[in-house]
Formats: sequence, structure tokens, C-alpha cells
Amino acid sequence: MTAALSIQDLEKTYDNGFQALKGISFDVQPGDFFALLGPNGAGKSTTIGIICSLVRKSAGRVSIFGIDIDKNFPGAKQLLGVVPQEFNFSQFEKVYDIVCTQGGFYGMPRKLAEERTTKYLKQLGLWDKRNVQARMLSGGMKRRLMIARALIHEPQLLILDEPTAGVDIELRRSMWTFLEKINRQGTTIILTTHYLEEAESLCRNIAIIDKGDIVENTSIKSLLKTLSREVFILDTAETLETCPDLGDFQGRLLDEHSLEVTVEKGQSLTELFTGLGGQGITVTSMRNRANRLEELFVSLLADKSEAEEGEQ
Amino acid sequence: MNSNVIWTSFSTILRREVRRFTRIWPQTLVPPVITMSLYFVIFGSLIGSRIGEMGGYSYMEFVVPGLIMMAVITNSYSNVVSSFYSAKFQRSVEELLVSPTPNWIIMAGYVLGSVARGLIVGFVVTLIALSFTSLTVQHIGLTVAIVFLTAVLFSLAGFINAIFANSFDDISIIPTFVLTPLTYLGGVFYSIDLLSPLFQGLSKLNPILYMVNAFRYGVLGVSDINVVWAFVGVLVFIALLSGWGLHLMSHGKRLRH
Repeated sequence: MTAALSIQDLEKTYDNGFQALKGISFDVQPGDFFALLGPNGAGKSTTIGIICSLVRKSAGRVSIFGIDIDKNFPGAKQLLGVVPQEFNFSQFEKVYDIVCTQGGFYGMPRKLAEERTTKYLKQLGLWDKRNVQARMLSGGMKRRLMIARALIHEPQLLILDEPTAGVDIELRRSMWTFLEKINRQGTTIILTTHYLEEAESLCRNIAIIDKGDIVENTSIKSLLKTLSREVFILDTAETLETCPDLGDFQGRLLDEHSLEVTVEKGQSLTELFTGLGGQGITVTSMRNRANRLEELFVSLLADKSEAEEGEQ
Repeated sequence: MNSNVIWTSFSTILRREVRRFTRIWPQTLVPPVITMSLYFVIFGSLIGSRIGEMGGYSYMEFVVPGLIMMAVITNSYSNVVSSFYSAKFQRSVEELLVSPTPNWIIMAGYVLGSVARGLIVGFVVTLIALSFTSLTVQHIGLTVAIVFLTAVLFSLAGFINAIFANSFDDISIIPTFVLTPLTYLGGVFYSIDLLSPLFQGLSKLNPILYMVNAFRYGVLGVSDINVVWAFVGVLVFIALLSGWGLHLMSHGKRLRH
């Protein structure tokens, strides 16, 4: 099957000598919901910039649904929609005009562009704001405007660079629902985000990039299986004065109604609850201390830093 | 890309450019009309009546073609330099850069949008001039051709200025320190016959002199220079600036990293 996006040995060195990408390779399959994660300055936005032609690559190959961008960039661009991190529309244009005009840039007849503009502004809850200048919109509305604009030509591959940055929880969840819907309809989605919870709940596959290198490229399920330990917070009904006997588990008393317990791979939670129950302690609720993907993300980046220090 | 797609992209850019300058008409269309009206009143009526004839015509008749051309030049230039630089500044130019629109269509759309403003302002200034003097165009085809080509030339120059510009200061340097002096010294207000041979020679190095005189020739039938050279010069400059503009676009100069 032809990959929706195929990146091979992609390198980018800026004029000031900074090497942002050191020969990364990864594929995204059609229909996937793919997360591209990494800390600030890792090379995510550079990668996206190269894919959409705003950044010139130094070496390597990029193809979109089999179309090599070096051979037929206009053809590849017809299949691609991009929602950038920064707002990049004219602040003085009306919402409707921004979206409809973008259709024209993709060669869409005016009537079709108008129909699609109406469709996506309604789906993204911006129809009431269609005659408002873009600068008058809230931050969340501006993000949705950029999504509507990126969808006007109904691309097969949609790339979103931090689409929910600075967006409140309610709006973020409604955007997730919308993105899941268009993914189910067949659009391949690549997402960069700092909210690892977002990546965990939306995406099936993941690439983690750090300092211009791919650190991990696998499915989220496989990645989470590699988690060797999880730390849980348990809330108890009883008042605790000292940490109860936790058997083989490591843990500590956080306060008189909560315990922090580390569960190693292979240990059973049932065993923990049985042990606590035997001491007359009732667990009323439990939660992860931190997002599981976040723990992995931090440990992967830490491993890489240690490896680099070792080499030096 | 097929021709329909290219045409749609081009007409979209052109429509957006026209929409932009008509939306902010108090900033784009009214000021040049007021400025030129003042020129007509002061130089044409008040001072002009004491100057007498120039090139066989009253001073008002002589200065009107020059002032129309001045309005076309400054508005063609300032429209695109301001619009394209603003698009860079707000990053809305990325809307075009990520689309399949070819570079030459992007340039053509912006340039023709700017030509539209230059010609609209020129037309309105002409209507105002008619309230001060009567105009009988001697060579209509030549007049239309030179005004159109001049607008294209200065729109291209403005487009290149916008590509290089890194700040709003950068888009006012060329108009202030190059365009305005060349225009004022380009035979708008006087015939170079009034100058000494040395300054006549220097004036002939000023490309705007040729455009103003070619337009004046089209309207009045008199010119300080050979009109053929004006057309040759304008076409050569258009070709050079088009090539330069496309070169900058294809290398992503200050547009892509």
C-alpha cells in the first residue's frame, strides 16, 4: 500500500549551521491518526514546513500518496492540508472570505468553494461569525478557522501543528470529536501536540522526534506496553496515620486519605487491593500519577540524553 | 496544472487584491485624488496661469498628463508593496505558498491587482482634471498602452521591494528616496527643454521621464523624447523585473526558509 506520507533520510541544516533534522525517516499509512511528538525545537515544525513547502530540505525524499514533492509538488499539495501552529491569515479579512478564497488558490470553481465554505464553517461552529473580521475571533475560533481553511479542498492528508494550543478543555474536546469524525471518513491525520493525553486518546501510531532524530516510531499500544512501571494514587475511605503494609509494592503515604503506589510490570493490582482489604482499608478511587504516555515520553528523551552524554 | 485551475487561482488573487484596496478606499483611493486635485489647483490654476505656455500648451494642459502618470506610478507601486509585505508580515502569504498556485501566478495576481488600483486612481484623477481643463487625446491606443505598461512596471518594482522588505520602514525607503525624486524630476512639471544641456542629459537617464513624455505625447501630441524609446525601455524593464521577481520567488527569498 502506498504510504500517505513517506519521509526518507530527511535532513535540514539552516543557513546559520543549525542542523534541525539529521536524516529522519518514517511512513504514515493511509487512514492513520498519527502523532508526531517532541519537545520544543525538536524538529517537528521543520518537518511539517518541508512537507508543505515553507521550508526547503537539505537532503532526503518526501512523498505524499506516492507523489514525490521534488517531481510534482503542485500535485502533492492538492492532497495535503496544513493547519499551522501560528495564525497565518489576514486579520482584516472576513471569516467567510478567508476560507472561500483558499478554495480558489486550489483551483476550485467559485460555486464549489462557496458550498464547501458553508459546509465547514457550519461544522466547525463558525457560521454565525462568517461576516466578522478574523481579528475579532477568540483564539479557539481562530484555530477552527484554520482547520476549515485547510479542509476546503478536502485533502486526503491533514497535518495539524499544535491545533489545540491555548484552547479551553470543552473546545478541545469538540475539536477532537470533529477530527475523529473526518479521520473515520478516510482523511489521514498527522498531529503534533504538547498534550500527550490528546495523542494517547486520538492517535494510533506515533513518532517521537528529539534534536532532529527519530527516537521512537511505533504504535501507541506497543509503546505503552513497554512501560515498565506505573505510579498510582489511591484514595482511601479510612483515615490513615501511617503507610499500611503494601507487601511487594513500593509506596508511601501522601496524606491521611491517599497513598502513592508503584506497580512494576508483572505485578497485579488485585494483589494490592486484596492486601489493603485485608487490613480493613477501602480504596474509593484510583488514578495514574501522570499520563502514561507522558512518562514514556520523558523517559525516552532522558535515555537519549544519557546516551549522548555517554558518547561524549 | 490545467488552464482552468490556473485561471481560477489567478482570478482569486486578483479579486482578493481588488477587494482589499476597495475595502480600505479612504486610505487607498481618496488620498491620491485629493493630492492631485491640490496639484491642479496650485500648479495648474494659481501658479500655472502666470507661467504661460509650455511645449505649445497652457501650463495646465501640459501638467495634467504628468500628474495623471504620477498618480498611476505611485499608486501602482504603493499598492503591491504594502499588500504583499502585509501578507508576509501577517504570514497570510503562506496560504498561497502552501497551495499548488505557481509562483508566476502569485506574482501576476498581485501585480495586476496593483495595476487595477493605479488605473482606477489614474481614471479618477483624469475625471477631476477635466473640471480644470479640456483634454483631447491625440493617440488613444498609445496612451492606454503606455499607462498600462507603466503601471505593470511599477507594480513589479513594488512587488520586488516587498519581497526584500523586512520591516514597514523598508517599504517606504524606495518610494521616499528613489521614486518621488525621480518622478518630480521626470518631466511631470516641466519640459526638459528648460534645462541646461548637462541636466537635459542627466534627465534622460531617468526612466520616468520617458514614461511621462510618452503619455504626454499620447494625450497632447508633444514629447521631449522619442516615444519609441519609451516603449522599448518600459518593455525591457518589465522583462527584467519579471525575471528577477520570479527568480526571487523560486528561491523563496525571505518567503521560505
